[in-house]
Formats: sequence, structure tokens, C-alpha cells
Amino acid sequence: MIVRALGLIAGAALVLLPLAGVPYTTTLLLPAFGYAVALLGLNLLFGSTGLLSFGHALFIALGGYTAAALTGRFGVRSLELVLLAAALVAALVAVPIGLLCVRYVKIYFGMLTLAFGMLFYSFLYKFYALTGGDEGMRVLRPMLLGRPLEHLDTVAYLTGPFYYYALGVLVVAALVMRRLVGSPFGLSLRSIRENAAKAESLGIGVRRCRLAAFVVAAVFGAIGGVLLVVPTGLADPLLAYWTHSGNLVFMLLLGGFDHFLGPVLGALVFILLQDSVMSLTSYWRFVFGAILAVIVIFFPRGLMGLLDARRAAAS
Amino acid sequence: MTALLEATDVRKSYGDTLALDGVSLRVDAGEFVSIIGPNGAGKTTLVNVLTGLTPPSSGRVRFKGTDVAGVGPARLARLGMARSFQLVTIFPALSVADTLAVAALSRLRRSTRPFAALSRDADVRAAVDEVAALFGLHDKLERAARTLPQGDKKLLDVASAFALRPDVILMDEPTSGVSTADKTTIMQTLVHAAQRMGVRAIVQVEHDMDIVFGYSDRIVALHQGRVLADATPDAIRADADVVRAVLGIATTQGRTQPGRA
Ligand SMILES: Nc1ncnc2c1ncn2[C@@H]1O[C@H](COP(=O)(O)OP(=O)(O)OP(=O)(O)O)[C@@H](O)[C@H]1O
Ligand SMILES: [Mg+2]
Repeated sequence: MIVRALGLIAGAALVLLPLAGVPYTTTLLLPAFGYAVALLGLNLLFGSTGLLSFGHALFIALGGYTAAALTGRFGVRSLELVLLAAALVAALVAVPIGLLCVRYVKIYFGMLTLAFGMLFYSFLYKFYALTGGDEGMRVLRPMLLGRPLEHLDTVAYLTGPFYYYALGVLVVAALVMRRLVGSPFGLSLRSIRENAAKAESLGIGVRRCRLAAFVVAAVFGAIGGVLLVVPTGLADPLLAYWTHSGNLVFMLLLGGFDHFLGPVLGALVFILLQDSVMSLTSYWRFVFGAILAVIVIFFPRGLMGLLDARRAAAS
Repeated sequence: MTALLEATDVRKSYGDTLALDGVSLRVDAGEFVSIIGPNGAGKTTLVNVLTGLTPPSSGRVRFKGTDVAGVGPARLARLGMARSFQLVTIFPALSVADTLAVAALSRLRRSTRPFAALSRDADVRAAVDEVAALFGLHDKLERAARTLPQGDKKLLDVASAFALRPDVILMDEPTSGVSTADKTTIMQTLVHAAQRMGVRAIVQVEHDMDIVFGYSDRIVALHQGRVLADATPDAIRADADVVRAVLGIATTQGRTQPGRA
């Protein structure tokens, strides 16, 4: 009840924000949309399946670099095509990596994903000719739904059409994820999280399901990555760096991983918090660390758990 | 006639421990088979080998006429073999309904459907209701499994195996930790559920000799990884040596009673 009401208010605020004439806040929120999409995927892996990836930024980077390569090198400017390509590339990369990673669980899974993230970071950093090394690759402004929108300056483009486009992608991603979580596949994932041996004895193909979750998470990650690099106009190796993966985990814990909208809340709050704390103190990482500790110790179900206390009592 | 389930000369060693030392066993359709034996005899290991959880060191397992070496528990479950565990094995945070739905979806081959709405699947709903009613769990459908009393957890473990509507069900001490009076109730439930679910054979590990002699068509006595006796309850009772050996061993644990005729 409360969640639904607050959700409606928040949703309305997000829709109306660009009209409020606060371009700074409006552009500030853009990365939250990209992160939210990526986190919806990451949470299918963690919240539903019980696998915590410390290398999820790999797929964000993959999306970002796909966008850079397509817009900058191959002259593909349609954002729909870029998103589609990023999803495909992520799925192709996620299958072999996932096949290796899902053989392991818990900390071993986490460490392996971390290792792949670091590998990809080094690849981006070292293969200068292909990736531009530490300078990264430029991402050119994409067309939205076939419209070039060249008459708009960058701020107008980002706070207008692109804002709504990104919000639209997030809404679609959230609807798709809600469908997945409420499907037989979603239940299979939860059964695996709860007790893999029992799930297996009931005929659930544990590894196949884990792999499928990994690939879906990767696809969401890459789509989020595309949304992230359009506003900055740059794909650089830091996208794949482990601290970026760490931030994703932070956002997930902040928002709460046992509600499917937790990740969206986590992304929004993280971005707003980062902005305000960073402007107040240069010790923002310290502040964030303290916040994370408080959440993990006192509010293990994240902010969504606080809002949704009724479910907490029920489950 | 080919056996429903057949193990031939199965060996399983853990390092120096020979948990199974050349076990052969046959289960036919219509049979209720009890596996008995003292602690550490290899009963659980045998169930694990038969259900694909543990690969045997050597020997063969055939299910419905085909070799199932390396097939693994998930595919065996889909082929019609279900099991419950000695130690209660549940999905702690899932509701009773969801737990049974996992099994029902698996039987209906719907476990991996990504976009179907589970809450609107009438087949699953019906299957869940049916099994829950059989096991007296129908008024606890929305309870999280971990909040159930211990006895209901055990029942849920078994009920979810039945929800697969398997050809064979193997239960590792389905009534352990339950008083003898309750054991009989549970056994009635199991036998009734097996009939309703079309289960063709039951294999159970059981320590209580009243239950074993009261329900089994055949008793397999294991000792130190070997089959000591494999016969009908009457035959076992008739053979003084076997009675002494089997029941003597079975009662050395001090927690079971010898069977009374
Ligand atoms: N995973 C394992 N690793 C090492 N040894 C094992 C393992 N599982 C079983 N064993 C050993 O194999 C032997 C048979 O064990 P098993 O669990 O099959 O006995 P059981 O008949 O089921 O006993 P109980 O009545 O106590 O359940 C024991 O000696 C046990 O210690
Ligand atoms: Mg045992």
C-alpha cells in the first residue's frame, strides 16, 4: 500500500522533472536510469538466484564500448540498434563466462566474476588500438526512434528526449523483470537459491538456470551501460573497474534485493546521495562506507525493506 | 519383465571407507521395499547412488531398463524418480505452495518458462492443492517452509517428492524423529498418496521394525556396505539366522524394536 503510493508519487516526479526547469538535477538522474536497468539484472542473479557477482561492471562496460564502437566507428546512430547490439554482444560474452562461473557458488562465484571483470578492464586498458586505452572511446549522440534531433543542444537533448527515452527503457526493463520474477523460471531460480540440492532432486536443471540468470543479468547490464555512456559521451576502462562493480553491489544492498524494485530505488538514492555527500565533503567514500555498514547490519533488506515492512513481517 | 530400478554390484568408496561393497538390488513395479541396517551401513549412500546424486565407484544402475550412470538427479527426477532426504531438506523462505509448485512445474515441464505468469497457472494450482490436501498441508499453503513445525517440514519434503508423480520414490527415513504412533499415520498417508499419485514403487530407509514388517513387500538388510538379506518379511521371520543377524544388528543401536509377528 505505502510502497504503491510512494511509487506512484516517485514515478510522477520522475515524469515531471524535466518540465521543472532544473536541468542540473535532471541530468544528474540520467545515470540512475542506466544503473537501475543494470541492477534489475544483477538482482535476478543475487536476489533471486543467490549468486553475488563482483564483476558485473564488465557488462556495463561491454554495453558502453558497443555504443562507442557503433556510433563512433561504424556510423550506426540508431539507439534502438545500439541497444539491440549491446544486448547480443553481452549475451555472447556471458555464455562462456557464465559457463565457467556458475560451476561455483558463494564467494568462489564472486571471486571468479571479479577476476573476469579485472581481465576485461586490463583488455580495455592495454589494447589501445582497439579501445583507445585509458582515454577510452567517444560515444556520439545517437538518434532516438529514428529522429536525429540535431537542432537540440546537448543539455536540451539529454534533459528532454533522451531523459524520457532512458526512463522508457527502464520502465520496459522493470516490466520484463517483473514478468521474469513471477514466472516459473523465477520460481526455479528462487528454489535454487534456497536449496540447490533439493531443487535438483525436484528436476530443476540448476546449472542451466543459473547460466540463464547470468546471461539475462549480462544483457540488462549492457543495456544499462549504453544508457550510461550516452550522457557522458565516453566509454572508458573505469566502467569495467572493480570499484564500479562494488558500487553496483552497494546500490543493490542500499535499495534492497528482495523486492524487485529495490534496485531502482537503490540506483536513484545512490546517485542523489553521491551528489550531495560529494559536494559536502571530500571524504565521501568514508561516508558511503559507514552508510553501507549501517545498512548491512541494521537494515539487511535495504530501503525497500523499510518501506515495505508489512512484507518483512510476512516473509 | 525388466525391473523398474536395478543396481548391479555397486561399490562406493570414500577414501578408505567402503560405504557400498558390491550391492545388487532390484525393485519391481508394485513393490514396497524397505532398506534396513545399523548406522553407517550405507543406506543413505545407496539411496544417493540410486538417485544419481552420488556416482558409484563401480557397478551399474538401471532405471526403467536404461543405464542411468552420470545422468544426475535433475534428469532422473524428470524421468520419474523422486526422493526425500534423511535430514529435512526444504526451501526455507519459500511458501508451502511455492515448494509444491516447483515440483509440479517440473513434472509439467514448465520450470524454465520465463514469461508465463505462475500465479495464473491453473494446472499448477490444482496440482499443489491436490498434494497439499493429501499431506494435510492445505491450510498452511502460504506459510514459509521455515516457519513450519519440524514434523510438517518433513512432510513437505516428502510431499514435494510426491508432487513429481514419480514412478519410483525413495525416502530416506521419512518418519525419523517422530513417535511410533505418528509414524503409522505418516505411513498411511504415504501409501495413500502413492496410490493417488500413481507411484509404482516405494523404497524407504527405515529403522522402526514395526513399520518395516508392517508395510514392506520386501526387506533389504544392509550391513557394512553389503546386502545381508533380501527377502519378504515372512521369509526373514522364518529364517532364525537371518532374524538374529538382521534384527540383532538393527537393534544394536538401541533405538528400534524387533518386529513382532
Ligand atoms: N560424503 C562422505 N564422505 C565420506 N564418508 C562418507 C560420506 N558419506 C558417507 N560416508 C561414510 O560411508 C558409510 C555409510 O554412510 P551412510 O550415510 O550411507 O550410512 P547410513 O546407513 O545411511 O547411516 P545412518 O543410519 O546413520 O543414516 C559411513 O561409514 C559414512 O561415514
Ligand atoms: Mg542414512
